[in-house]
Parts: sequence; structure tokens; C-alpha cells
Amino acid sequence: MARVSFTAHLRRVAPPGPVTADGATIGEVLALVFAASPRLAGYVLDDQGRLRKHVCVFVDGARLGNGTALDHPVSATSEIHVLQALSGG
Amino acid sequence: MGGRALVSTRKGLFTLARRRGGWEVERADFLGTPISMALHDPRDGTTYAAHDNGHFGVKLHRRDADTNDWQEIAAPAFPKVEAAGSGNAPAVSLVWELVAGPSARLGELWAGTVPGALFRSRDRGESWELVESLWNVPERERWFGGGKDEPGIHSIVIDPRDPDSLTLAISCGGVWKSRDAGATWTNTGRGMRASYMPPDQAENLVTQDPHRLQLCAASPDVMWVQHHDTRFRSTDGGLSFTEIGAKPPSVFGFAVAAHPSDPETAWFVPAVKDECRYPADARVVVARTRDGGESFETLDRGLPKKHAYDLVYRHGLAVDADGETLVMGSTSGGVWFSEDGGDSWAALDARLPPVYAASFA
Repeated sequence: MARVSFTAHLRRVAPPGPVTADGATIGEVLALVFAASPRLAGYVLDDQGRLRKHVCVFVDGARLGNGTALDHPVSATSEIHVLQALSGG
Repeated sequence: MGGRALVSTRKGLFTLARRRGGWEVERADFLGTPISMALHDPRDGTTYAAHDNGHFGVKLHRRDADTNDWQEIAAPAFPKVEAAGSGNAPAVSLVWELVAGPSARLGELWAGTVPGALFRSRDRGESWELVESLWNVPERERWFGGGKDEPGIHSIVIDPRDPDSLTLAISCGGVWKSRDAGATWTNTGRGMRASYMPPDQAENLVTQDPHRLQLCAASPDVMWVQHHDTRFRSTDGGLSFTEIGAKPPSVFGFAVAAHPSDPETAWFVPAVKDECRYPADARVVVARTRDGGESFETLDRGLPKKHAYDLVYRHGLAVDADGETLVMGSTSGGVWFSEDGGDSWAALDARLPPVYAASFA
């Protein structure tokens, strides 16, 4: 199962440590995490379910483009980090 | 006489309380988080705070009367568009106005947002619905951003005589009225003019930029507008407006406060217009009219008289229900109170973050 960690800025609404979830894509993995932490979804995704502009996702060390991140494939050993972009805000 | 004021800033929400020696900071909430708007609902004592989390989106928090703790509730959000090509589908980027509904409909709230949408809650913010009738007006395509990249709704007033009668002001989209609680809308505001438009479009209702619209609670047909170009007053509930502007030191500005019972009195905060946007001569002053805009007094007792670059945003000036107590907050973090209708002002002994909005609680 992929392992997901969230920036400490989201500690009020995210799981306290890394969590694991199954899924073929980032979007699928995150959907399972959001099911367990429902408030978190609105912090990471916008009204339309898109990754927020100033949130960034890394998978196995590589930063993903925001427009395509949710469709990016992941493996059972992927390490996913959901972070606050240093842009904007 | 209100004893508290809410000041929404770039770095948190400050509650100020009137003490024997003047106004003081009573509590600070959400330190570090931009608060775009706060509301004290006089019907049940609830306080609402709209967060503008730059990275993580718009959130809304609620604190019940006589409690200390905040609870995150639903924020206004657009319905999800599932159709193909939904890449440009809207998302709320700012809650720019938040008002309590009429006393007859406890729990009703209205929110104006960027992009320019109106949302209604019937359950104290537990859920929100987009007012589709306004979002779908064909004229919306001709709205444009004023101060923000996208158009926004920053003023919502409800006629105290008729809970279904709403008037909105949009930057830039003009003045809009509904007499059926938002089911249908009419673009009003005849008499306004916009010098930033081509001359033949200057009087076009849909591209006016009213920076702020407020009504006189006791005479709700009287409405005051600080417009991008000048100041206007309406005596027919916002259907038409008359210019009341050309008075020193300038007619540009953002904020206006309407006296709650005297339809002849209102306060404005002049600034140097357009690209400058700071007080004329770097002196903070308030312009007051007490004769329906025929004449203005320039009030400056207790306000900074030199080297002051404080801009007062559109929600940064408010008058309490007594018509005598005013609060004003600036982009430099200055906050001033007047207890005598603006004749004199006293500075809050604090250096707050840039102020987005000030209101009485």
C-alpha cells in the first residue's frame, strides 16, 4: 500500500502521522485517506475536486504538476507527500 | 451602545472591548491566519469568521454565544461540475461579505464571494447553497475584477421592512436587487457613471464599480455608495443614484458607513485615487455629511496628521446602532474609535496586522 504523509500545517485536520492506503493513482489513494479524515479533503482539493493551486504533491521524490497529479499512477511501495507549496498563500 | 468590535486582519481575528479607559484587545483568535470577514449575528449572539487560507482554501468557523471554542463549519462552495471541460469550473477564493438574514428567519446567512457569487445558508452555516439565479444572469459575463482578478460581491443589504428584498453591490458588476429572496434579479443603479470605461459605456449599469454600498436601517430607501469614481446616494432603494461626490480632499475611497437612523448622515474615508491609494497629503481623515451629501466635513481630531499611509478597505469602517460609535481599521494596522459620531477619534493602543474588516458585535 502507498504511504501518505501530510504537511504539519495540516495537523489539525490530517492524520497525525503517515497513513497507508490502496489505489492505482494519487487521486484514489487520497480518496481513501479523505474517507477517514473528511475535513482534510477541502484543504487539499478545491470546490471542483482539483488539487489546490498552492498545494504540491511529491511521489517517490518527484514533484508532480498540479493539473495531472491526481491521475498520476502509484505503486504499492510509493511514498506520497502532500505539502504546502512555497508559492502564493 | 456596543461594547465589542470584531477586527478581521491578515493575521487573525481580534475582538476589542470597551473598557473604562477606552477600547482594548480582549481576545485574539486564529493568529497567523488571514480572516477576510467576521460577523456577529445579533439574533443569537453567534460569531462567524471567514478564513482565507492562502494554501488550503476558504474556511468558515463559528463560535456560539457565551462559548470560547470555535467550530469549523461548511464554507460556501460551488457545486461540482462533472461535465467534460470542467477545468475552468469555479471555486470560491474569498468570502468577501457575510451578513445575518432577517430576524424572522433565524439561522439564515448570506455570503458574497470572489468570484462573484451569492450563497445562502438556512442553518447557521451548516450548509450553503449557491444562488443560481444570480450566477446564471447573462450579464455576469460582462462583470470584471476590481481590486481582485475576478469580480466579487462585497456588499449585501437586506431591507429591514421586507426580508425578501436584497440589494447587492459587485466590483465590478454594478448594483443588483431582488425582491423575492434571490429568486430573480434586476441590475439597477441608474445615475452612476464610470470614468474608467470608454465614454459611451460610462453609464452602463453592469460595469459600475461600487466599492461599498450601505443603507440607512431606519430609512432603508436611502442607500450610500462609495464608488470607484465618486460617491452616490439613492433615495429609492438603490434603483437610481445621485452623485454627491465632488468635495475635498478626494472622492475616491472604499468604505462608507450609513447612520442607522438619520438618512442624511454618512461617513466616508477619502484616499488618493487609483494607482496611489493612500490618504491625501498622508493625513488620515474621515469625511462626514449630515445633509444628505450636500456638504461634507473633514474630521481629523485624533487621527494621524502626517506620514500616514493608512488605507481603509471597503469593510474597514463601521458605525454602531447608536449612530455615535464608529470603528475604523487600516492597511497599516491602525484602529481608531470615535464615540461622538466622528468628531474625535482615539487610537487603539496596539499595532495590529493589516485590517480587512471592522464591525461591531
